[in-house]
Amino acid sequence: MNRTLSVKIIALTIWGLLLFSPFLFQDVRQVEVAARICVFIVLVASYDLLIGYTGIVSFAHTMFFGLGAYGVAIAMKQGDNTWGYWIVGALAGVLVAAVLAVLIGLLSLRVKAIFFAMITLAAASVALVLASQLSSFTGGEDGMTYSSPDIFKPATKLLTDDEGKVARIAGVRMNGKIAAYYFVFFTSAVMFWVMLRIVGSPLGTVLKAIRENEARAEGIGYRVVAYRTAVFVIAATTAALAGAVYAAWLKYTGPDTTLSFAIMIDILLMVVIGGMGTMWGAAIGATLMVLAQYYLRDLMEVASDATSAIPLLPELLSPDRWLLWLGIIFILLVYFFPAGIAGTIIRGRAK
Amino acid sequence: MLAGATEQNLNHMIHPSLSTRDLTIRFGGHTAVNAVTCDFRPGELTVIVGPNGAGKTTYFNMISGQLTPTSGSVEKDGVDLTRMSASQIARHGVGRAFQLTNLFPQLSVLENIRLAVQAQAGDGRRFFTPVAKLSELTARAERYLEATKLSDKAELPAAALAHGDQRKLEVALLMAMEPDIYMFDEPTAGMSLDHAPDVLDLIAEIKHDHSKTVLLVEHKMDVVRALADRIIVLHNGELIADGDPGEVMSSQVVKDVYLGNAGEMA
Ligand SMILES: Nc1ncnc2c1ncn2[C@@H]1O[C@H](COP(=O)(O)OP(=O)(O)OP(=O)(O)O)[C@@H](O)[C@H]1O
Ligand SMILES: [Mg+2]
Repeated sequence: MNRTLSVKIIALTIWGLLLFSPFLFQDVRQVEVAARICVFIVLVASYDLLIGYTGIVSFAHTMFFGLGAYGVAIAMKQGDNTWGYWIVGALAGVLVAAVLAVLIGLLSLRVKAIFFAMITLAAASVALVLASQLSSFTGGEDGMTYSSPDIFKPATKLLTDDEGKVARIAGVRMNGKIAAYYFVFFTSAVMFWVMLRIVGSPLGTVLKAIRENEARAEGIGYRVVAYRTAVFVIAATTAALAGAVYAAWLKYTGPDTTLSFAIMIDILLMVVIGGMGTMWGAAIGATLMVLAQYYLRDLMEVASDATSAIPLLPELLSPDRWLLWLGIIFILLVYFFPAGIAGTIIRGRAK
Repeated sequence: MLAGATEQNLNHMIHPSLSTRDLTIRFGGHTAVNAVTCDFRPGELTVIVGPNGAGKTTYFNMISGQLTPTSGSVEKDGVDLTRMSASQIARHGVGRAFQLTNLFPQLSVLENIRLAVQAQAGDGRRFFTPVAKLSELTARAERYLEATKLSDKAELPAAALAHGDQRKLEVALLMAMEPDIYMFDEPTAGMSLDHAPDVLDLIAEIKHDHSKTVLLVEHKMDVVRALADRIIVLHNGELIADGDPGEVMSSQVVKDVYLGNAGEMA
């Protein structure tokens, strides 16, 4: 079983790097990327509970993510930037997500998978339309900006030195930005850990059984619809919580950061790249994809410059073509890792 | 007890654990099972015979909830199971193994069995305790692995097993459910001769526990002779004979049915 071990080591290395990100990568944009990776690992892992573990195809994951984010955004915009409003907003978002998940689950998890997917698609479209239409409430297309809690402000001194200035550890200023990052990191890590516990529990095996052979799972005594609804609610509330955390970090919530179908597609790609049905793979998939989205252009710029003497190549490697290259990388990954990176390492390439 | 009562008579005084009343199912115009009324008692192993397409599997499917009958009823210990879902029926202590192997292919052999164990123990809802900490579950699953001689294949995915081992796992799943009513649908079909006895010994063991009721669909005559307390015969969806194995097997109806069809009973 050391194949599984190597996947765990890769994923734990990622988490280790994320833990020390503010010290390893001191650029503002780099910390931005690290925080996004944390949140997306949770988002992808919770989506994997559905698609990879239980075999449920849903397109409403960004809707749940958005519910958490909008809950916080609206509460902090209407109220103020205290933790009380964050908690109220997050709870409201999570609660609405849970209720919607129960309703969608009970009403439609009995039908064929394809219909269920359609229903979630419809629900997600409605959420997107509502968010842009109810602009007095949601900020419409422009979204909302608001302040984060005081402790996250760059001016906040977490530690002070003898002169009362903000202290540095290993050269890094201990200000509010650090607090904000570790808030994102630790909440994400805890959610990821909880999901690991879920897939390693008896419930986790039931979910896989439903994916493998729903009729037999029912036949040995499991109420499949109840289990499906339960996992749908777990995934939805986790996504909503991730949204609430991300909203506090970004200090901005809009359709493009939370609700859009572009993000839904990103999540799908991350699950596939990481490997469906491998919780650890979520960490790998999310990290690779976010890194590619942020750094592929830079990388290509370097490559394009370095090859400027050669004909054609700089043209091909022009940063404007980064999406083309992202597509090519994706195709290669799927070709060489048909079960995703983690899945293929665990199962081996054969078969 | 009445003096001089034969064992057979005593058996009939025990309350039936499972009964079907006029159980009928129609697919379009075709009546696959037609008004089958039958009682099954604890401590009794009933073999169900009948030619291909007689409706044996369909009869099982209605009892265990894979199919909903068109009319008639199924009752277990006074509880009406007719309209219950398959999972409810399973939780009421009716267990079923399938004629066509019906497993969780990508899960390991041990996980397959543990699923049935934890369903029975009501542990499926535990969502936070690592499986490794629930040693009782694993220990119980391992007992059924041993009983079916699959211990050395515990970590293999079910899909990787040879056909005979898959059949054994199918039986192990049913055993692990620890039901009151065991329903086996041709458990040794397609199994090699050296493996079949493993399964048949297990069934014989269940039979010795007098609180359990066993229904067994089986074609092989030697198996029928060795295990049956009673035989019922289905033909074209109807119950045409019911009784003591010796009597039923030598009766004219059974000979007619089997002579009129491909000679499976030979
Ligand atoms: N879901 C279904 N839809 C339509 N017809 C069905 C269905 N299930 C069973 N039948 C029909 O019911 C009849 C009885 O089939 P069944 O599988 O119960 O026979 P069997 O006695 O188990 O036969 P075998 O010995 O081959 O297993 C057959 O004619 C079959 O075609
Ligand atoms: Mg059959």
